[in-house]
Amino acid sequence: MLTGLCPICDGEIQLDSDTMLGEIVECGDCGSELEVTGLNPLQLEEAPQEEEDWGE
Amino acid sequence: MRKVRVSIVGGSGYTGGELLRLLLFHPGVQIQQVTSERHAGKPVSRLHPNLRKITRLSFCSLEQLEACDVLFLCLPHGQSMHHLPQFLEKAERIIDLSGDFRLNDPQAYRTWYGQEHNHPEWLSRFVYGIPELHRERMRSARFISSAGCNATAVILALYPLFRQQLVETDITVVEVKGGSSEGGQTPSAASHHPERNDVVRSYKPTGHRHIGEIEQELGLSPNHRIHFSATALGIVRGILATCHLFLKEPLEEKEIWQIYRQAYGQEPFIRIVKERRGIYRYPEPKILIGSNFCDIGFEKDNRSHRLVVMSAIDNLMKGAAGQAVQAFNIMCGFDETTALEFPGLHPV
Repeated sequence: MLTGLCPICDGEIQLDSDTMLGEIVECGDCGSELEVTGLNPLQLEEAPQEEEDWGE
Repeated sequence: MRKVRVSIVGGSGYTGGELLRLLLFHPGVQIQQVTSERHAGKPVSRLHPNLRKITRLSFCSLEQLEACDVLFLCLPHGQSMHHLPQFLEKAERIIDLSGDFRLNDPQAYRTWYGQEHNHPEWLSRFVYGIPELHRERMRSARFISSAGCNATAVILALYPLFRQQLVETDITVVEVKGGSSEGGQTPSAASHHPERNDVVRSYKPTGHRHIGEIEQELGLSPNHRIHFSATALGIVRGILATCHLFLKEPLEEKEIWQIYRQAYGQEPFIRIVKERRGIYRYPEPKILIGSNFCDIGFEKDNRSHRLVVMSAIDNLMKGAAGQAVQAFNIMCGFDETTALEFPGLHPV
């Protein structure tokens, strides 16, 4: 198990040990999509996102 | 194990109906009596049609009330304190859902309710009914005063920040938007459908009586104020509180996340809702209908020290009957979430 912190909200992120570099994961607290940029230790960066219409 | 015998006084209103809906499915509760002076003798399902085929209980009059273990009082403001001696003879434990025992200070009661309290010596004996603030006292309490619906939404939103004294206390502005069921079941010209439907009505821009509870529970000194306005919306259930507060020091959003996680991370009915994707990114009362959750979110204004904290509840649940059952569970030693597991509906 790999553990790290979300760069947006500091929420704890737990990932399977077979997680690969470049994988996109989601923070369970703030919903940010995060890219795995390092594995030892686990490093995460916010993944580029397209703006979406969310109901305005 | 013997079930807890519960009676509901004033059970014909919306709060009484919600209490019935919850307690009829509580595995540790036997509902003994439900009173209504106006509807004595009628089946409770006449007033609460969602309970057809669920219960055969009928309303009785207050005069017929028998001894029980726990009394829930759902009477109009002023009635609980008026009948208190009678209720004390009937039950060891009382949960009052009116405003009669929410304020600790008789002077504050006079200020916000415009009258003297009949039993000021009892004010301090009631535990204020927000479990997230007073859980330990509730475990041994005999008397609980359930919190006001708007007050619940605001207090839960602001408490973590005020507790740590992170806020400039005198310049907090709160706007609460609520549904028509907040006004109870008694009709008026203002609640007549052609007048009430689709409104966005400023009904209490200043001077709402829930301010007294909010200032009390946030620990504000008499010189400090919460600036509170209430707006009525054309929805039946739900409250959204939008709180504008100003931080003493610049905090990053991650630090605010941490403050709310510390306060509420273990709470079964509070969720921090602040998501960067999806449609429901912030608290939204629509998806909380029928549930006991309070959803809290926030956003820091990058141009100032302003922090906007939003909270949403179902006013009849976390704002009334649901929170009262949560307090009842704590008081009687049940799991806190018993009979409160319903997660709400989507879509609705």
